[in-house]
Amino acid sequence: MSKHSFIIDHHGGAAVFLCTQCEPEAQLYVHARHFLDNALAPLQVVMDIRDNSDGRQAIERSLPNDRTDREGMMTRIDDKFATLQAAGKKAFVTYIMAGDTDYDTSLEVMRGLPAAGVDVIELGLPFTDPVADGQTIQLAGQRALDAGQTLKKTLAMAKTFREDDTTTPIVIMGYYNPIYSMGVDKFLTAAVDAGVDGLIIVDLPPEEDAELCLPAKEVGINFIRLATPTTDAKRLPKVIENTSGFIYYVSMNGITGTATAQVNAVAPEVTRIKQATDLPVVIGFGVKTPEAAKTFADLGDGVVVGSAIVERIGRGDAPADVLAFVKTLADAAHS
Amino acid sequence: MNDLFNSFMTGPDENGRFGDFGGRFVSETLMPLILALEEQYEHAKTDETFWAEMHDLWTHYVGRPSPLYHAERLTEKLGGAKIYLKRDELNHTGAHKINNVLGQIILARRMGKTRIIAETGAGQHGVATATVCAKFGLKCVVYMGAHDVERQAPNVFRMKLLGAEVIPVTSGRGTLKDAMNDALRDWVTNVDDTFYCIGTVAGPHPYPAMVRDFQSIIGKEAKEQMMAAEGRLPDTLIAAIGGGSNAMGLFFPFLDDKDVNIIGVEAGGKGVNAKMEHCASLTGGRPGVLHGNRTYLLQDDDGQILEGFSISAGLDYPGIGPEHAWLHEIGRAQYVSITDVEALEAFQLCCDMEGIIPALEPSHALAHVIKIAPTLPKDHLIIMNMCGRGDKDIFTVAKALGFEMGDFA
Repeated sequence: MSKHSFIIDHHGGAAVFLCTQCEPEAQLYVHARHFLDNALAPLQVVMDIRDNSDGRQAIERSLPNDRTDREGMMTRIDDKFATLQAAGKKAFVTYIMAGDTDYDTSLEVMRGLPAAGVDVIELGLPFTDPVADGQTIQLAGQRALDAGQTLKKTLAMAKTFREDDTTTPIVIMGYYNPIYSMGVDKFLTAAVDAGVDGLIIVDLPPEEDAELCLPAKEVGINFIRLATPTTDAKRLPKVIENTSGFIYYVSMNGITGTATAQVNAVAPEVTRIKQATDLPVVIGFGVKTPEAAKTFADLGDGVVVGSAIVERIGRGDAPADVLAFVKTLADAAHS
Repeated sequence: MNDLFNSFMTGPDENGRFGDFGGRFVSETLMPLILALEEQYEHAKTDETFWAEMHDLWTHYVGRPSPLYHAERLTEKLGGAKIYLKRDELNHTGAHKINNVLGQIILARRMGKTRIIAETGAGQHGVATATVCAKFGLKCVVYMGAHDVERQAPNVFRMKLLGAEVIPVTSGRGTLKDAMNDALRDWVTNVDDTFYCIGTVAGPHPYPAMVRDFQSIIGKEAKEQMMAAEGRLPDTLIAAIGGGSNAMGLFFPFLDDKDVNIIGVEAGGKGVNAKMEHCASLTGGRPGVLHGNRTYLLQDDDGQILEGFSISAGLDYPGIGPEHAWLHEIGRAQYVSITDVEALEAFQLCCDMEGIIPALEPSHALAHVIKIAPTLPKDHLIIMNMCGRGDKDIFTVAKALGFEMGDFA
């Protein structure tokens, strides 16, 4: 690890870290909302640089003044929403289960998602006891586990995807135990290395932020929280407090892939959340069709479709057919 | 009395933790519900009218106090420690489960909930919940693993007679863990009118503490009864553990009596070995997060939960209450395991020597008594919690012993 001195300047949509000692090719392009928003004049900072295992350099995430979370490093997720917002478009987010129906199939689908119009990929982490999920995703997790999927393989999948795609955010979504079992520090190091941008861990409410949410923020990974119809006005600030990237509004009380989301119920809730935060609000649970994708995307800043896609993978549709369906959803959400 | 700074009875902390165990690992949808329950319970804890209602029902509906019975022939046969059985199998519905259900249903009524859901393994908690719901005119839905529905058929019929809807759960291997998953899925879907009545000292805070407090009537009575019978405290307490509610109920009032040995008995299934054909979470598992709490779990290298195996449906759970995990780590209680074969032998010995048909769950505890009693002096006092009766298990036992029920004609 070596100390480098940087001049931070604006360059197009990103901030450029110009190292005062290194060759020009060693410059690091870092998406840092804080610097874009606040650094009117170039800043000079000193940071640690370390070599990754693959020889590429990464910034040790310890920015000066401890601005290491959403006030500091701008993540791919922040970037993506900023870009979409600038273009007046809504985000289309999809969920697929890593390793479903096997590693190669899910990697093939994942690689095709950006071209099909997907803005953010939620990569499901299979778990034996997914208590927030309906049967479609339960079965997908079971198929993945039966095919030998593990947390390590899911991270490997993200890393392989990242080799060809450096802009589409990857959010790992699942339950805490596989991560706890690996060890939080080890997991976060591997997740940063794999190019993972965010986490949605269903069974970690704000009351358990010390477990993973705060350590994730420290390494620059967004911890995306679910807000639900039971999140009342008193509780909402607590839910928002350590959330970054975006807020995932769960359209109904219930599990994934069962009932159909209702516009009348969702619209006022999204308004309420948007009044409480500047973070993008994305709506999920119970969105199954292109029409619904458009309707709910328009209510907030984006929409998530999961079970409807997973169901097609599960019944054995070819990846190309799955991606064609995804495109109809994406086109509708973007229209 | 107890020194607050040197007591084992002060947990959990405000975050629902016993040491590092416990907590509130639930989805956001459920958080407001468990916080509301915690508030209600905190209020009830010091509310005299609440406890007056509990004691009235315990006395007149359940039949408490349950006797502390000196098992004389068993003591003589084993030739060592003096064995007492805490007879919670004599409770209405045939197990300790109803002690806790009454408490939770009274809270549910106070919270205005009209629909009660429960998970059940052996069916004893399901029967107790169905019973109390019938008594109070509440709708009752019980989730039960499909495999357990099959091996505990008499209890399924009892629940149906009591007006409960029994939903067989086919996900996973169809046992208690899977039933709890589906109960949680129900709760997250029906948040307004539904109360989740958990049957053991597990789940998110405040369940482990609340269920322990309701079950502690077992230990409180046993302490008084032993003082009356022998003029002193017992030397050893022994209880079977699945989730661990009967054990926690017996153990808790004795935690600060440091001369009292405390032993929990886990289900060793076919043996605590690498094949994981057992349910001994403390002996064969490691810490993890499941069903709202951090505790010892049976899991693989990837953190996937293993199914476990036991002849006893009530012990067939890959986790254990977080307070037990803590007592294990700090060394206040000792945890051992007993195999199916040992439990079956104890089951038969109890029928034979004491005229008591025990459930398969306390048969595990009894098997450990049989192991250690002969090695202890005659003035060593053991209390074993006879937490359930074995009527429900006769088909399972008959099958294990190679009897065909039709053969007796």
